[in-house]
Amino acid sequence: MLAWTIYISFIGVLVLMLLPREAARAARIIALLTAVAGCGVALAGALQQTNPGEAATIVKVPWIPSLGANYYLAADGISLVLVVLTGLAAVAGILFSWNVEKRTKEFFAFYLALIGGVYGVFLSFDVLLLFVFYELTIIPKYFLIARWGSTRKEYGAMKLALYSFVGSHLVLIGLIATWVVARAQTGHASLDLLELSKLSFPAGFQHWVFPLVFVGFAILAGLWPFHTWAPTGHVAAPTAGSMLLAGVVMKLGAYGCLRVAMVLFPEGVREWQWAIAALAVIGIVYGAGVALVQRDFKFVIGYSSVSHMGFVLLGLATLNAIGLSGAVLQMFSHGIIAGLLFAVVGRMVYDRTHTRDFNDLQTMQLGKLLPFAGITFVLAGVASMGLPGFSGFVAELQVLIGSWHAFPKMTLLAGAGIVLGVAYILRAWQKAFYSDTTVPDNSGHDHPLDPISTPERIGAAMLLAASLVIGLFPGLLLNWIQPCLASPLFERLLKGGTA
Amino acid sequence: MNYFEVLRAAAPETVLAITVLFVLAADLIVLRGATVRGRFLMGGMLVVVGCLLAAVFTWLRFGQPDPLHGMLIVDPRTDFLKDVLLALTVFTVLISTAGRFTEHVGEYLALVLLGTIGLMLLVSAEDLLMIFIALELASLSLYILTAFNKRNARSSEAALKYFLFGGMSAAFLLFGFSLLYGLSGSTHLQEIAGGLAGKGADPLLYVAIVMTVVGFGFKVAAVPFHLWAPDAYEGAPTPSAAFIATGSKVASFYLLVKILAVGFAGAAGSAAWKNGVPGWVPVIAVVAILSMLLGNLTAIVQTSVKRLLAYSAIAHAGYMLLGVLANTPSGQSALLFYVITYALTVLGAFGVVTVVEEATGGDAIKDFAGLSRRAPLLSLCLLVFLLSLAGIPPLAGFIGKFFLFSATVAADEQNLGLLWLVVLAIVMSAVSFYYYLQVLKQAYVVDAPEDVPAIRVPLILRLTLLVLAGLVVLLGCAPGLLLNQL
Repeated sequence: MLAWTIYISFIGVLVLMLLPREAARAARIIALLTAVAGCGVALAGALQQTNPGEAATIVKVPWIPSLGANYYLAADGISLVLVVLTGLAAVAGILFSWNVEKRTKEFFAFYLALIGGVYGVFLSFDVLLLFVFYELTIIPKYFLIARWGSTRKEYGAMKLALYSFVGSHLVLIGLIATWVVARAQTGHASLDLLELSKLSFPAGFQHWVFPLVFVGFAILAGLWPFHTWAPTGHVAAPTAGSMLLAGVVMKLGAYGCLRVAMVLFPEGVREWQWAIAALAVIGIVYGAGVALVQRDFKFVIGYSSVSHMGFVLLGLATLNAIGLSGAVLQMFSHGIIAGLLFAVVGRMVYDRTHTRDFNDLQTMQLGKLLPFAGITFVLAGVASMGLPGFSGFVAELQVLIGSWHAFPKMTLLAGAGIVLGVAYILRAWQKAFYSDTTVPDNSGHDHPLDPISTPERIGAAMLLAASLVIGLFPGLLLNWIQPCLASPLFERLLKGGTA
Repeated sequence: MNYFEVLRAAAPETVLAITVLFVLAADLIVLRGATVRGRFLMGGMLVVVGCLLAAVFTWLRFGQPDPLHGMLIVDPRTDFLKDVLLALTVFTVLISTAGRFTEHVGEYLALVLLGTIGLMLLVSAEDLLMIFIALELASLSLYILTAFNKRNARSSEAALKYFLFGGMSAAFLLFGFSLLYGLSGSTHLQEIAGGLAGKGADPLLYVAIVMTVVGFGFKVAAVPFHLWAPDAYEGAPTPSAAFIATGSKVASFYLLVKILAVGFAGAAGSAAWKNGVPGWVPVIAVVAILSMLLGNLTAIVQTSVKRLLAYSAIAHAGYMLLGVLANTPSGQSALLFYVITYALTVLGAFGVVTVVEEATGGDAIKDFAGLSRRAPLLSLCLLVFLLSLAGIPPLAGFIGKFFLFSATVAADEQNLGLLWLVVLAIVMSAVSFYYYLQVLKQAYVVDAPEDVPAIRVPLILRLTLLVLAGLVVLLGCAPGLLLNQL
């Protein structure tokens, strides 16, 4: 059933392509219906799954026998979490791009193609298939940004596309080498994730192939120092684009790290554990620090994404159950919250004021003009700081506990990142919405700003509700994640990993 | 020798030769008064019928497998490759129907067919003499096809350059062949291998290897024998360039593998990292590396799409040479898969260039601006073709690369000795993404200049491009369809 999330999205793309050029309204509605249907299928399919600890096969048919590749879709608890996240983010993204007037149908066609690819990655249990979906997302990303973006859009789009492509090619090298080594070991070709994860690759091989594959994926997860695509890409992207980039695309990278690199090469992880943790902590602190001094509102959120994704990578590096479960939860939580923050900045503020510069925003008293945007930003901001009651709190807490077991000193530094996080959110909030500078506002706003529209309200409410629900009842997702981490797939990864 | 047997084995080629006469006669006698377009349509129909008939003869396959002692081998694989060549010819001719580059329609179509016959014989040949004759038949036709746009001086210039380089490389090849004959006492590939066995590291043998590689390096446009390619691609009428880039490549690569893997069976050597052994494999490795590097890096700065495709062809020849030097059966089928899907893709790309050239008068990258608005279907096809060349899944180019690279690494699966070549290839293919994206950026991101009209794509061309794009997608999603034939 979950496979329909992919098919529905691509059917949506086809329908949109067949629409006449002028039918902008129809395009919006079709896109929304497609995304809602996808989200519905994702939720229904996730609830249907009785045993999230196991990878439940959705479909498995031979695809390329000579390579041992299958068209193998399956879902375990971790997939479920991310599929549901994708569903929510997809719907919200469309609600926040209701005002796209330029080439609407193409916009939504690329948008849905991206979503379809993302669903595909999260549901693939064949390494080649996963890779196919992973690369499939690059092209829509590029066009969404280059065509509908703002500030230096072509530069940002090309940078993102090249970073993604280079990353995925690192993965490809590792994939081919792994395929050959596995075939030499077992005598038959296979690309089945579960089968490959049972093999033990030679330590010398894991030593070099793990960092290759891990970094290849982690580029997309914003691993410092390969994160530089993230701020420029996020800023250049249209609102829905940055929501998806931060919301789900960065998760693709983190998911690939966990699902492919770490599961296949457990010894490699242990060898490189410290290096990953160190880079993750640098990312946390650096991202937060840079976010603190930005003048552009969107860059603040862009760098905050780097910082928050650092927590995901730190959680992965802990190699203990609580750290990993925190990492997965953080993927979900950051997907929701970053999406919301970008929606506030890009859609609610920038589309109305046409500026994101704090110096300009300071004079506008947006807190009074757009109270809804202000309140949403405060709520999303505190969720992002990790206030108890929101999903970010549970996730980052778990990551920090896990990391405390593994590397106490670095955990302290990561904690400093949280403090910085509070600082940059408060600063942005104050500068953008509640500035004291009472410059007489006669800067030529003949028209009052458009009021916040209904789709925006619904989208914001949806994302906030998701973050709150998970914050108050983290068990909903942890019941999916934790059995999964206890499954044989992760056994070798977690065994003795707390050292 | 029983001539009837020979004729039976060469039935498809014979059918094509008769078609040549029909096409020439029809154009001279019946179609004199018709417009160029009408003549192209009618002549093209004849060619399509002839090719279909020839294909039917390859399916019936009623001749002996080897009636002439290696001059003409017929087996399921050669039959399949001939079908592929026929299909490529049909597509080329269909694309030509949109062109207005010549009034000599009959001669043009006849030369395309003659070239095809040469390529088909090339596929079947396992004897040095026959190989050379077939190669010359194909090459001479291609030289003339390059010069076919008589209104454009660049066309003649390109043809002259192509011809001079070609003649030179043919001389090298012949010299290499003569050394081979002297060393082994035979012109038959398998007997050559037998004759060379036990000879050890004879310096003459290495000279022969290098000469052969020079000859075929020219045919497949590998560095450093590539200098003709960008000019020929740019100057030649676009359909001719498409034919040079596709059919000729398929046949040349098949033959190169055959000569090296069969004829020089004992002199392979190895290109493993730090464990190289002299032989033809390291020679090919050097050529492959140079091609991948120079092709990709030079393509970045091109402003003409045809030149860009030429440098990308050089780069792709580099990737394909990896399949040659893998020197395993799976490497060879991966190579054939790659070269066939590559040919389909490039043919499609040239088809799109033909239309854009007709509409805008140029093939510069900026002439593609706003294509997605002016011709949505055409630019969708272009998207498919270029992304396949860049190796984006789920298109044929990606899966071809995966086959090719995994087979290359698997050729030395214990030590992964060839991995370094594959790493280079993958890194370079990441570079290639950039320049393909430059063209697509024009088509999809940049707006067309104000009030340019929509581009009208002739129906035949539209169908041809759709079929080609469909094939590229289909073979990417279900590669087994093609791979099982190889």
